[in-house]
Amino acid sequence: MSRPVEAAEEGPGAPVFKFRLYVAADAFNSMQAVANLMRFCREHLPDRYEIEIVDVFREPRRALAEGVLMTPTLIKLAPAPVKRIVGTLSEASTLSQTFGLQVPA
Amino acid sequence: MKALVSLASSTGKAASGIEGFDAITGGGLPHGRTTMLGGGPGSGKTIFGMQFLVHGALHCGEAGIFVAFEETPARIVANMAGFGWDLEALQQEKLFFLDAQPLPDLVQSGTFDIEGMLAAIGAQAADMGARRIVFDALDVVLALLPDAAAQRREMYRLHQWLLSREITGLITAKAGDDMASSCLPRPSSFMEFMVDCSIVLNHRVELGVSQRNLRVQKYRGSTFDEDEAPFVIGNTGFNVAITRLLGPVHGVVSLERVSSGVDRLDTMLGGGYYRGASVLVTGFPGTAKTTLSGAFAEAACARGEQTMFVSFDSDGAEVIRNLTSVGIRLQRFVQSGVLSMTSARTMTGSAETLLVRVKSLAKAHGTRCLVIDPVSTLAKAGNELTAHGVAERLIDWCKADGITLFCTSLLDEMGSQANGGKPLHISTLADTWIHLNYLVQAGERNRGMSIIKSRGTAHSNQVRELILADSGVTLADVYTAGGEVLMGTMRWEKESAERVAKEVSEVAAKLKRVSLDAEEAVLEVRAKSLQTELVAKQVEKALLARTTESRERELARGRTRMRELRGSDESAG
Repeated sequence: MSRPVEAAEEGPGAPVFKFRLYVAADAFNSMQAVANLMRFCREHLPDRYEIEIVDVFREPRRALAEGVLMTPTLIKLAPAPVKRIVGTLSEASTLSQTFGLQVPA
Repeated sequence: MKALVSLASSTGKAASGIEGFDAITGGGLPHGRTTMLGGGPGSGKTIFGMQFLVHGALHCGEAGIFVAFEETPARIVANMAGFGWDLEALQQEKLFFLDAQPLPDLVQSGTFDIEGMLAAIGAQAADMGARRIVFDALDVVLALLPDAAAQRREMYRLHQWLLSREITGLITAKAGDDMASSCLPRPSSFMEFMVDCSIVLNHRVELGVSQRNLRVQKYRGSTFDEDEAPFVIGNTGFNVAITRLLGPVHGVVSLERVSSGVDRLDTMLGGGYYRGASVLVTGFPGTAKTTLSGAFAEAACARGEQTMFVSFDSDGAEVIRNLTSVGIRLQRFVQSGVLSMTSARTMTGSAETLLVRVKSLAKAHGTRCLVIDPVSTLAKAGNELTAHGVAERLIDWCKADGITLFCTSLLDEMGSQANGGKPLHISTLADTWIHLNYLVQAGERNRGMSIIKSRGTAHSNQVRELILADSGVTLADVYTAGGEVLMGTMRWEKESAERVAKEVSEVAAKLKRVSLDAEEAVLEVRAKSLQTELVAKQVEKALLARTTESRERELARGRTRMRELRGSDESAG
């Protein structure tokens, strides 16, 4: 898909993925999303990911400013382009596709 | 009507600012509760929601939030500008738009909830003290949810959230295309059972005419008018028409009379129409209905009253030109602004739309006298079912505003309605009903005018002939002969015959007098000659007597002389 992503597969020196995950406190969907994202990162992006978790109840202004209305919402900030995924992130294949990663068969 | 007892009290109601709607529900939406508004595409859901917020912000001191799932706030603001709502200014502190459209490139993986939105809105609502929230097109976001259970869960979440904050919520959602069933398709149908108030907007097309209707489906804890109420989206937003006000009509009953513009008609009515009355003129085409309307309008303008002439038949300029031929000159009043000519021939739409337009035009013009020519147009194709209600509301509105209404109605239309469709029935509502008809006699058509009814005014029971002349409109008495009414030439003939007969009798009398005079003179002359003759006879008689006497004396003297001559000795004797 895009060049930086291909570079990402090369191990050291590959770009670091920055995520921001909006959750609604400890709502079931949100908790699932956190768990699913953690697992995905461990499996596909070992040591090159950063996750920021934002609780909409604590920081509603931030959610409003960023236009996050559904929870959970994952925003991939880096590498470009910025992508959003809404939901529990239950399907790893959708994540890989969206992040431009090639899933090892 | 239903039992609408305690509707006057509007406690616990959040006024929508939609006049008719607030009347139907006795004050507006349930305060602090959730209302569901369903309707098809273009049925006016967004406008309803927006008007609710604008009214709250401007008149109730309630700030509002508009959550737009389907359109960008900028587009909504632009679209609503046509209603004269200054949303830009309101947005400073009284109104907040939340662009909640799902992004087109949104990727979805697994289920989600709307907690984020509620948290964000909650913060915003707390900041600005919002008391009203509209969720416009909630179905858009619900459609993203994977299953019905999830949809239901989110709706429940939203409902609970609104209730816990005591915010008056309005949720709009699309209803199916099948307008016959008022039931919304799933999942919104679930919402209808949950919420405290449910409103359905209908948009039907009957014979090519668009008819909008609003119906309150349920309203917990309040009575409401259950019937469908027609509404129009006009230039000030929503306008729900209600057949009857749920209270007394605040019209002022006036004893003042206004001239009909025809002197003799005023006399027939005992002074003219009442101010604020509704006058109906019925008749076939060409019976001078428009002319009577024109006469009324001219008289009103001459009194300096703002008058509006709505013509469904012809152009305003045409009406003025045509009326000039009977001495009704309206052009000067148009120029001075007293008279407003409105050609409604170009107005399209349902009867309801026409009424709303006429109303807003009249309001802008400050109309005191209103002419609608002909009002039967309201019942044209596609409007048969609504026309009667519209006519009723027209009269109610005029009465409430003290406007003297003069409307005409084509009789043949009324006739055709009696056969099939619903009649307009305006004649029962009108205060004064004047009927014009043709009388065909001896190869002539003449216009007859009669007052069928006139509430509260004495009126003549006689048919009059309506005469249109260059100099104006007048009425003439009609002759009845042998049980038949004579008009036109026959009336003229009758009149002239009477004139001739009178002349003849006058002449005859004169002649008689003259001949009597002559006879008298003759007799006098004769009397004089007789007198003279008498005198002559008397003279003659006297003469005769005298002659006789003198002769006898002569004779006697002669005899004495002879005796003397004869020397007779006999004594005279």
